[in-house]
Amino acid sequence: MNQHEKETLLSIEDLNFSFTTQRGIVRAVRDLSINIKKGETLTLVGESGCGKSVTAHAINQLNPMPPGHVDSGKIVFNGTDLLTLKKSEIEALRGTQISMIFQEPMTALNPVFTVGSQIADVFLTHQDMTKQEAMEKAVELFRLVKIPAPERRVHSYPHQLSGGMRQRAMIAMALASPNPGLMIADEPTTALDVTIQAQILDLLQDLKQHIEMSILLITHDMGVVAEMADRVVVMYAGRKVEEADADSIFHNPHHPYTLGLLNSLPSNKKYKGARRLEAIDGTVPDLLTIGEGCPFANRCVYQTGECSRSFPKETIISESHSVWCHNYQAVKTENRQ
Amino acid sequence: MSNDKIIEVKDLKKHFRIKSEGATESTSLLKAVDGITFDVLEGEILGVVGESGCGKSTMGKTVLRLYDKTEGEVLYRGEDLFAKSEVQMKEMTRKMQMIFQDPYSSLNPRKKVAKIIGQSLDIHKIGTSAERLDRVKYLMEEVGLNPKFRSRYPHQFSGGQRQRIGIARSLALQPEFIVCDEAVSALDVSVQAQILNLLLDLQERHSFTYMFIAHDLGVVEFISTRILVMYLGRIVEIATKEELVNRHVHPYTKALFIASPVVSPRDRKEGKHLFQGDVPSPINPPSGCHFHPRCPYAVEKCKHAYPPLKEISPGHSAACWVVQNDI
Repeated sequence: MNQHEKETLLSIEDLNFSFTTQRGIVRAVRDLSINIKKGETLTLVGESGCGKSVTAHAINQLNPMPPGHVDSGKIVFNGTDLLTLKKSEIEALRGTQISMIFQEPMTALNPVFTVGSQIADVFLTHQDMTKQEAMEKAVELFRLVKIPAPERRVHSYPHQLSGGMRQRAMIAMALASPNPGLMIADEPTTALDVTIQAQILDLLQDLKQHIEMSILLITHDMGVVAEMADRVVVMYAGRKVEEADADSIFHNPHHPYTLGLLNSLPSNKKYKGARRLEAIDGTVPDLLTIGEGCPFANRCVYQTGECSRSFPKETIISESHSVWCHNYQAVKTENRQ
Repeated sequence: MSNDKIIEVKDLKKHFRIKSEGATESTSLLKAVDGITFDVLEGEILGVVGESGCGKSTMGKTVLRLYDKTEGEVLYRGEDLFAKSEVQMKEMTRKMQMIFQDPYSSLNPRKKVAKIIGQSLDIHKIGTSAERLDRVKYLMEEVGLNPKFRSRYPHQFSGGQRQRIGIARSLALQPEFIVCDEAVSALDVSVQAQILNLLLDLQERHSFTYMFIAHDLGVVEFISTRILVMYLGRIVEIATKEELVNRHVHPYTKALFIASPVVSPRDRKEGKHLFQGDVPSPINPPSGCHFHPRCPYAVEKCKHAYPPLKEISPGHSAACWVVQNDI
């Protein structure tokens, strides 16, 4: 499948998003541009505080505003700049073309309504349907996401379902639209056990075979990236530092942070029989006091004077691979075989 | 690593009485740990892996007698822990310590770091206050914290630094045996790697014995020398790391390995043979082998009788009728 020929579904252009706090202004996302093409799975990967969730939530305006505000940038979805839309217009989009699944389905679902009625609500709000039709659609979706005994399960309350089943119900709700264009999945399997995580990832892959949709997957877990991603954007302290197809990220990383992330994984094949990991020293900088330079400079073994002065421009490695690093040529790319 | 047993766990059970759902009077029994037997050998890192509710944390805490047992024995160098008086037990705790998962909730937010790390020295009245301070400074350096920060409070540290504080606290009394209960699970991956290295450095320097409890197979596989797999309160398989990684036999262990995410997109497989179904509630576990409803190899016998943990090759035991060829 040639991704380059595909149309762009969503493009974020030079987004700057910050939060006003008592201690000062936190620039959570800086000069971020990403494109999601129709039908692809793009993963945003990074550690706590890198801005991946803020980015995802900026798309359908789920960040609390204030204290959050968009300083500049555009988020263009199917030709419309979402940041110019009124609240009612963005709400209409949320139930029809942009859907979202969250990390903790227990807090994302309403505990006092049955899961079926919450899904039916999506149909009732956005489509012309009777209550009974909406419930029948809910059962259909439960079947689609492989919840056993869907006719019975739609009448369950969230607490009566297991974690895995709740996440399936969330996914069903996200699919409750006439044309689910974009599904934003924010750490969808982080709260789940590994055997259940595997089932949910498998389900998402399976759904993509049947439904034309794009997935923006937010995760901190390189294992999930390896399983799911077509393309990967690596973020660090609010900045995009590397972007590439999944294979290049894992086998030909050019940014010291991407390399560091891969080296931090105990399951990395290079550690067979090893007794130490090549960890990244230091900690993530405080976003309040961060300057104009590369945010990774203080932890980077390749850093030079230039790194603390300015954030590097894009370097194009190949058609599908870009890196933002002054010293990318010095980065020893210990590719994993 | 010698073959001396530092801990012997014999048919240990820990049951909790809990209110059943929707009922006011009746209670039911949650069998968190339900009859497990194993040894911890001096100098080894025994990894304990399993999913939520399998009883791994309860087991770790019961082995240290942080929980009272329901049945069974825990021997520390041959001495029965549960036969000790409170005073004797206090002496024992000097040798056995624990590192907790959540570096936010396991440190008292109202105490300064020096106080948190040195508290056990105070409790055991070790040294003069000047000596205790020296020891705290030494411990902070040993775990990679700047001793200058000893008068700060936990909230002034990052997650990784807090975990270092928790580790320094566990080292204060120079223990021999440390239970690490999901010690790196709450950390970002780059910090997790730092802490894993630290734990390994400390082990080499002090010849500690660790019981390393975690749900993440990748982490357990990296750090352990031997691995124990739990499912719903029981041990399903135990072997040296090499053996378990390369020649695991229990269907649940297989399920765990299959479900673990790949390490590269090149290893992706379509149509993996994933095991279906959820982890059942430990309150009312399935009859017979608890894994039988999810197990593709289950036979009639699995529904009725729980298989014993039996050695299938030297040092490698599994609890499965099919594997034991006893069906």
